[in-house]
Amino acid sequence: MDLKLKIWRQPSAHADGKFVDYQVTKISKDASFLEMLDILNEELVNKGEDPVAFDHDCREGICGMCSLFINGRPHGPDNAVTTCQLHMRKFKDGETVTIEPWRAKPFPVLKDLMVDRSAFDEIIQAGGFVSIATGGVPDANSIPIRKQNADLAMDAAACIGCGACVAACKNASAMLFVSAKVSQLALLPQGKVEAKERVQKMVAKMDELGFGNCTNTYACEAECPKEISVTNIARMNREFLVAKLS
Amino acid sequence: MSISYSSVTKKIWMSLMGFFLMTFLIVHLSINLLLVISPTTDLFNEASHFMGTNPFIQAFQWILFAGFIVHIIIGVVLQIENWMARPKGYRVKAGSEDSFFSKYMIHTGVIIFIFLIIHFVNFFLVAKGVIGEIPETMVDGKPMDDMGSVVIALFQLPYYMVGYLVALLILGFHLDHGFQSAFQSLGLNHPTYTPFIKGFGHFFAVIIAAAFMIIPLFIYFSK
Repeated sequence: MDLKLKIWRQPSAHADGKFVDYQVTKISKDASFLEMLDILNEELVNKGEDPVAFDHDCREGICGMCSLFINGRPHGPDNAVTTCQLHMRKFKDGETVTIEPWRAKPFPVLKDLMVDRSAFDEIIQAGGFVSIATGGVPDANSIPIRKQNADLAMDAAACIGCGACVAACKNASAMLFVSAKVSQLALLPQGKVEAKERVQKMVAKMDELGFGNCTNTYACEAECPKEISVTNIARMNREFLVAKLS
Repeated sequence: MSISYSSVTKKIWMSLMGFFLMTFLIVHLSINLLLVISPTTDLFNEASHFMGTNPFIQAFQWILFAGFIVHIIIGVVLQIENWMARPKGYRVKAGSEDSFFSKYMIHTGVIIFIFLIIHFVNFFLVAKGVIGEIPETMVDGKPMDDMGSVVIALFQLPYYMVGYLVALLILGFHLDHGFQSAFQSLGLNHPTYTPFIKGFGHFFAVIIAAAFMIIPLFIYFSK
């Protein structure tokens, strides 16, 4: 298949960027989106041009490195997949594909389609961990955990921190990410001990970094490649309220 | 002031004030509907008289004003912060959302605010005797301000009636998102009850807007 690409090109963090048109031809419909970009980059390198910079690592949908805002959707037109797992069969032959970087004040563009997502690391550093002494590895099932809570914690822990929630949100809010990280710990006994401090510190850091507020539009949930639920946001609001009032 | 509050705290205040203002709407609507269910304006005038003279209501109206002010100020602050969070937008705009009117809360909010000022000048300040003259009437032998005639006179102006209908439609849009959103902001989410709350939120928005809209239509076409 042949495609017309409109790609955001920006030489460096402080340089001005612009959209540049490219043409790719004879792309297999079974190629992944990143493979299509690899083919484009190979052509650019052969022509002596600067290849398009984009983040990627595992290409198995689990590392959270790939991003890309494709035709108005984070991770492109498929649901519940990352860009690396997106296949070209989701596009029509001859289609124009617009590729933009994540747009948010706390995610500055480094080059082309690469953004700096270390703001997420800072939020985790603010409290997304367990620091109490939990002892050695306990016997299996020696700590009773409700099955429901174990499942919910596991679902929240599926968040790969890619930032699609921020990219999709009209306010560039990080509430889905932060609430998933708050939830995965708050639901389990070892995490409960520091739950009150954790939620307050992580929310404070999120605000300080300049992420927007949550309007409960739920675009984050719709676009999350790991289908993290907005019920986590409600849980975080609840945790926060309880922490403030007790 | 508000800058020192966290985003979650601001949203909690937003939802608490939202709920508070929704209860006000229900009370306001109940009184307005007296103009439709009663053949004369006596019942409405009596209710207006009670609201205008009861000391508890008089004290409570200041809490109501505070509720409006908190809801408006925090709403504006949240919106400005939200705009600042994405200095450069996308070329192809994102279209995914679950609650359509959530995207237009500031727009619907500003229109409701303008409506509120007009409403305040046309009714509240008139009722308080600050602006204009109110005719007197006798209800059960007691002299009272004839607020009913003030309402009827205004709703007989076509442009006023249409403007009122548009404002109330916009209020319905605002409530459509606001109702369920307030629950989510307070952390009230439950696998069984949340779908009901979302459904009821749409119903509530339609009922409140429609019931308020019936009144000017009824007056315009019947009086």
